[in-house]
Amino acid sequence: MDSLTVIINALPFILGGTLVTIGAVGAALGMGLCLGVPFAVMQVYGNPLMRSFVSLYVWFFRGIPILVLLFLFYGFFLSLGLPVNPFLISCLVMGCTSTAYQSQIFRGAILSLPIGQMKAGRALGMSDTQTIRCIILPQALRISIPGWANEFSILLKDSAVCYVLGTQEIMARTAAIAARTHEHLALYATAGVIYFVLTLVVLKLLRRLENKVRVPGYGTQGNAAFKGA
Amino acid sequence: MAAQEIVLEVKDISKTLGGKEILKNCSLNVARGELKVLIGPSGAGKSTLLQCINCLIPPDKGEIVLEGKTLDRTDKKSLCAFRARVGMIFQDFNLFDHLTARDNVAIALRKVRGMGKKEAAERAMDELARVGLANRYLLYPAQLSGGQKQRVAIARALAMDPTVILLDEPTSALDPELVGEVLSVIRDLAQHGMTMVMATHQMDFARALANEILFMQNGVIIEQGTPAKLLAESATTRTKDFFTKLTSELE
Repeated sequence: MDSLTVIINALPFILGGTLVTIGAVGAALGMGLCLGVPFAVMQVYGNPLMRSFVSLYVWFFRGIPILVLLFLFYGFFLSLGLPVNPFLISCLVMGCTSTAYQSQIFRGAILSLPIGQMKAGRALGMSDTQTIRCIILPQALRISIPGWANEFSILLKDSAVCYVLGTQEIMARTAAIAARTHEHLALYATAGVIYFVLTLVVLKLLRRLENKVRVPGYGTQGNAAFKGA
Repeated sequence: MAAQEIVLEVKDISKTLGGKEILKNCSLNVARGELKVLIGPSGAGKSTLLQCINCLIPPDKGEIVLEGKTLDRTDKKSLCAFRARVGMIFQDFNLFDHLTARDNVAIALRKVRGMGKKEAAERAMDELARVGLANRYLLYPAQLSGGQKQRVAIARALAMDPTVILLDEPTSALDPELVGEVLSVIRDLAQHGMTMVMATHQMDFARALANEILFMQNGVIIEQGTPAKLLAESATTRTKDFFTKLTSELE
């Protein structure tokens, strides 16, 4: 069998793994988004208790490699007698980690807004919750898109380590066939191309989203200056 | 001024920030329809005083009474209700950057006054027309000039039907040629009986329109009186020195 035949035969199997990768990364990013935004708000506007909770959380999940966390969670689930589903544990670990990173992307964006935005909302009689929801977050989330795209591309590639638990994603399936056929170069190149294409497509979509929600006239001066030069 | 009905009472406001006493026992009474102008050198505490009045900066001490009702700062609901009745115009506009001119005016109508989307938009259009910007309603703050931004900010405050408006150096961040359009809107409000407290360096404006001038220095209101009294030819007031100095610098 030549390399090409091996790839063609393996492709449906690896592409099935691609769906698993997409599912796990999607779930993790979704969890990170749902928790990262409130965490960022808590860290910026919350009371000292909330702030230290978020700081501690971020410190923990940014401080430990995903690989270590995977085994840690796996062991933890085992010791509690809970069912150990590799896919769910992968989602959970990546979700917790992504929450930590995303919360800091959003926190940075919130802090970059002029203090006057909050003041203006309050001065109109809006509650802090209303001001954060209607004034601060719509602006902060727009600013966060480039950083969030970064987080996506990093997490997608980090998801490859989930194969250590036997999660049937791209990497695990590629490794399994490679071990059987010894076509390492061709198969891992295929896996690489799949990751590359996924990144490319999603980053393009995020770029499109960024342009779509751009506030007219806002932040275009930089572009104009460059075009003039 | 007919009956001197006091709308806003500020009693003994003090504020210390970073170990420095910014405000020392500042008090003022504002009657309905009155324009009070705060003047004084930078760092005198004018801006802090205005922001203490609606608790954007919480005062350490003192009382604020609006139409006879003392503000309870610890109660969030009544603080929001109080702020909804006290308009605020900032030096650097603070328009919401992600909203069009119309939505900037409409958002508090919807969120605070509970108006429907359509009703709020209609009211916003009325207020924009009042400041001469009805045809700019779909533009975003980044697409407006400084003078236009400040007029939108005034429309935003007016839409809430405020009892009193606080203006914190509304023309200080503007290019000189844009100051006039903003002052003329404020003049119009004053002439229509809007109650206002305004910090400014626009001396001619203060002289022409203020019912009373308050001169602040080092966190204390050191002089107050009508422009005629403080700026009379024979007056030997700090206010007059300050006027003369600013006027001669301009020439």
